[in-house]
Amino acid sequence: MRPLLTALGLVAAWEALVWLTGVPPYILPPPSRVAVVLVGRFDLLIEQAVWTATEMVLGLALGLTLGATLAVIFAASAGWRRWALPLVIVSQAIPVIAVAPLLVLWLGYGMASKVVMAALVIFFPVVSSLYDGLRRTDPGWIELAQTMNASPRAVLLQIRLPAALPAFASGARIAAAVAPIGAVIGEWVGASAGLGFLMTQSLARGQTPLAFAALVILCLLGLALYTATDWLARRLVPWQSFQGD
Amino acid sequence: MRSAHIVLDGHVVAENLSLDFPAGRTTCLLGRSGVGKTSLLRYLAGLLPGTEAAGPVAYMAQRDLLLPWLGVLDNVLLGYRLRRDEAARRAAEPRARALLAEVGLEDRLNHLPSTLSGGMRQRAALARTLCEDRQIVLMDEPFGHLDAVTRFDLQDLAAHLLRGRTVVMVTHDPLEALRMGHEIHVLSGSPFALGPAIVPAGDVPRDPADAGLLTLQGRLIGQLRSGS
Repeated sequence: MRPLLTALGLVAAWEALVWLTGVPPYILPPPSRVAVVLVGRFDLLIEQAVWTATEMVLGLALGLTLGATLAVIFAASAGWRRWALPLVIVSQAIPVIAVAPLLVLWLGYGMASKVVMAALVIFFPVVSSLYDGLRRTDPGWIELAQTMNASPRAVLLQIRLPAALPAFASGARIAAAVAPIGAVIGEWVGASAGLGFLMTQSLARGQTPLAFAALVILCLLGLALYTATDWLARRLVPWQSFQGD
Repeated sequence: MRSAHIVLDGHVVAENLSLDFPAGRTTCLLGRSGVGKTSLLRYLAGLLPGTEAAGPVAYMAQRDLLLPWLGVLDNVLLGYRLRRDEAARRAAEPRARALLAEVGLEDRLNHLPSTLSGGMRQRAALARTLCEDRQIVLMDEPFGHLDAVTRFDLQDLAAHLLRGRTVVMVTHDPLEALRMGHEIHVLSGSPFALGPAIVPAGDVPRDPADAGLLTLQGRLIGQLRSGS
């Protein structure tokens, strides 16, 4: 309740600021104007939002799947660890955002380049969180499994992997928070649809209130994606809620 | 155990150890913290690098090591799940249920370990150890961190359930050794040596209020003190 009041206060201050200074709306539109556009262009906004949301969700799913697969492979195979893990770490030196124009060049203005962009942005946090979790299994559990004649494969799948799920869940939460960044940057660089595309288009035409309205929807999308992921992550590790974290 | 050398991180814990563990009996190895009891047990379990277990053993560590995502019954059947032997798992399930009934957890079959008390968790771990149905059972201070009364209850229960198996239990608690062990050896020194077998009278679990037992406890404490 209190943060909501703070937000309302900030919105009111913003409205007052525009009134007092007389800034033209194409520089800084007052919230009331943004609200009018939100309602008036709702159909357009929703249409673009569905497009962007699809990119985010697909990108998140792709990044989580690839990241998790690679983390499990690294945990299972010393060869992969030696040959490919340093590469994954070094690849973080490449600013993913700088790759966006290349992705658009290779994959076109459609959805694919944005999905790959979002997947790239979240790939590293997912790999590193799950891989760390897989490495930090309680050695007592592994020894117990050894006395039970468990194969390394059974230890990985039945002990190390479930034990790493809480770490994976935190990685997935971070991924959900940053996946929208990938999708929107992809749209800024080159797109034919989506909220990011709508923002660049409306800014270029001096329709700043529409850009702000798109931004509002984008915030809500990001929030929804995070909340949904957080909910799923909790379901993934139901035993964690008892550990008093 | 014949001519065992136990080396841990380049530090010799024990050398040239030989000891017979009488079949179907409980042998308690009593020693102070840090003497190398756990290393000895891990040696027997084949958990130290370069060692192999003498045969199929069931191992019960100091901590219960229950998997937090599995219910009690699934935890008890962990060995069968890990060996991916579905037929054996199904065959073992009635025994797992019977064991859980014996340790008083029959109405907690699907509860997660985090909902259980420390004593219940240790009882579930005991059921898991017994469910493995191995002739040799290795126990590493399994009741060390429980409160005194719970510990006594669990010692009674374990002594009853372990009957007929060859048990090696390490402990730092002289009273626990005296209650549980058919034979007791004191570990002392560095690298440690094994004392001669002490065989208290009577069957296990022995009565903690028995005067003879308490005298023996005093003697053992004296031995442990002078041995360091």
